Amino acid sequence: MNDKNVLVSVQHLKKYFPVGKKQTLKAVDDVTFDIYKGETLGLVGESGCGKSTLGRTVIQLYKPTDGKVIFDGKEVVGKQSAAEHKEFTRRVQMVFQDPYASLNQRMKVMDIVAEGIDNHGLAKDRKEREEMVIRLLETVGLQREHANRFPHEFSGGQRQRVGIARALAVNPDFIIADEPISALDVSIQAQVINLFQDLQKERGLTYLFIAHDLSMIKHISDRVGVMYLGSMVELTTSDEIFEHPLHPYTQAMFSAIPLADPKLETSRKRIMLHGSIPSPVNLGPGCRFAGRCPYATDRCRQESPAFQEVAPGHFVACHEVQK
Amino acid sequence: MNQEKNMDYQNIPRELFTKVQVDQGERERIGRPSLTAWQDGWIRLKQNKAAVVSLFVIIAIVALAILGPVFSPYNFAQTDYSATYQGPSLAHLFGTDMYGRDQFTRIWYGTRISLLIGFVAACLDLFVGVTYGAVSALLGGKVDAIMQRIIEILVGIPHLIIVILLMMVLPAGVGTIIVALAITGWVNMARLVRARILQLKNQEFVMAAEVLGTSQKNIILRHLIPNTVGIIVINAMFTIPSAIFTEAFLSFIGIGLSEPQASLGVLINNGYSVLQSYPYLLICPAIVIILIMVCFSILGDGLRDALDPRMSK
Repeated sequence: MNDKNVLVSVQHLKKYFPVGKKQTLKAVDDVTFDIYKGETLGLVGESGCGKSTLGRTVIQLYKPTDGKVIFDGKEVVGKQSAAEHKEFTRRVQMVFQDPYASLNQRMKVMDIVAEGIDNHGLAKDRKEREEMVIRLLETVGLQREHANRFPHEFSGGQRQRVGIARALAVNPDFIIADEPISALDVSIQAQVINLFQDLQKERGLTYLFIAHDLSMIKHISDRVGVMYLGSMVELTTSDEIFEHPLHPYTQAMFSAIPLADPKLETSRKRIMLHGSIPSPVNLGPGCRFAGRCPYATDRCRQESPAFQEVAPGHFVACHEVQK
Repeated sequence: MNQEKNMDYQNIPRELFTKVQVDQGERERIGRPSLTAWQDGWIRLKQNKAAVVSLFVIIAIVALAILGPVFSPYNFAQTDYSATYQGPSLAHLFGTDMYGRDQFTRIWYGTRISLLIGFVAACLDLFVGVTYGAVSALLGGKVDAIMQRIIEILVGIPHLIIVILLMMVLPAGVGTIIVALAITGWVNMARLVRARILQLKNQEFVMAAEVLGTSQKNIILRHLIPNTVGIIVINAMFTIPSAIFTEAFLSFIGIGLSEPQASLGVLINNGYSVLQSYPYLLICPAIVIILIMVCFSILGDGLRDALDPRMSK
């Protein structure tokens, strides 16, 4: 993999939240990965594993506890001047999970979409601003008339597309999509996913796509990262991870995907994990998955595994696999 | 019978079926007319008959309070000892009091003072309460904790005691009453605004604004405040009658406004002392104050249902 193509590099990123007086919740703990220009990196994991926190820390909504985020060769965390931060907000955008909470009820769609245009002075006058907004709405499959409406008049899918238009308004290079389809009807999900893919083709966008729907991740991602309890356990290409998952957690998770072929489906074996996810507050030493892992050894309980490349482009954090 | 019907359907020749063309644009069309949140609220308010009636009664009372004394041939403080304790007549619509002052003029003049106190107290509440609540919510952390403790202390001391003590220290008059009401009145507003902004602050649309590089100032002005206006209006609607009532109460127990000034409380106090001989002196101002209180409360309720429908359903 060529270093030149790396657009976003996340290095040893940590985000801890204080819980009570002496406890900390390690929402994201020592996560390292790169995102290449023009690709879609899918991020999966169960609820509460820190996917959204990771996304929000990368885009600087949260201040990381430690670690670096390097965007296009420049370090982002804590080192930006006001002008650099402004440029960052133009080049990196986010699409949110809940289309009902992510649009301001009191603003017209025109003003919602134009917010970025106004902040960055991208339009010369009112007329140009209006034209830009209408073009954006048409890009996401909405119409001219929708500009003068309020968000509560739209359906969930339409709102999510307004959210996408708002992110596109500043012409970004990198979009973090934080579970953009999980709040939508299944029939609308495909529509929104296709829109994401078309936009990537037209504009050469790079995505960090956070989701918990495995088949959707398989469909849209070039590479997939799997998170468990705040750390990344496996990262490789989409095909590789679905065909040869190495980490025991990934194996168990992917064995839960139902198969479309009824004959194969009857022979599908699910790896059942025992126990439940431990609380991310005050974790002890050792691999986070050790308590539920069928292959766990004493070493796993003592020493936390490093995130290492075991095959070209295939990273795993597991002692057993690395042996 | 049913069987026959089904057979009929099966016999329809295939050629008669045509494909329906679904127009993409038609699919995205929104049938409902475009309305702002305020227009929407107005439509809902209009469906509430009691609230609409209250609104008109309030408008009528305000109009009378402004115009009544202007068009009356008498001055509110003008005495006429040849005509004391007159019953209601054409010359004096609501009669006259013990000094022969025209009760009609005095009632509307008093209403004017009472409404003024209500509105100014509500405005001060609004200003102090909204600022305090917003600052507390936005700064958060230690500042928020200290500001909330201050509020709790204020809430702990009975409201009336603070007001009565203040009235003793400051000279009697409209200004003093307003100051006394404003010193404690904003607490509720501050709490409501703080709660609302805390709730909004973590919503995704505020995050989206941050991600888009919107300045803190614009986030407050364009995102947080507009979404708080509903509860501010509603709370102000409830503050007005409570301020009017507190003023009437203070005047009634004799530490509010004093003669020859008139407020509804002063008039009721005067009427109360001659209730058995001249009941109209008590009844007329009492009806006006009851109308003001009830109508503002009903309108406030109606506005809450109209502007913040989630709370009622």
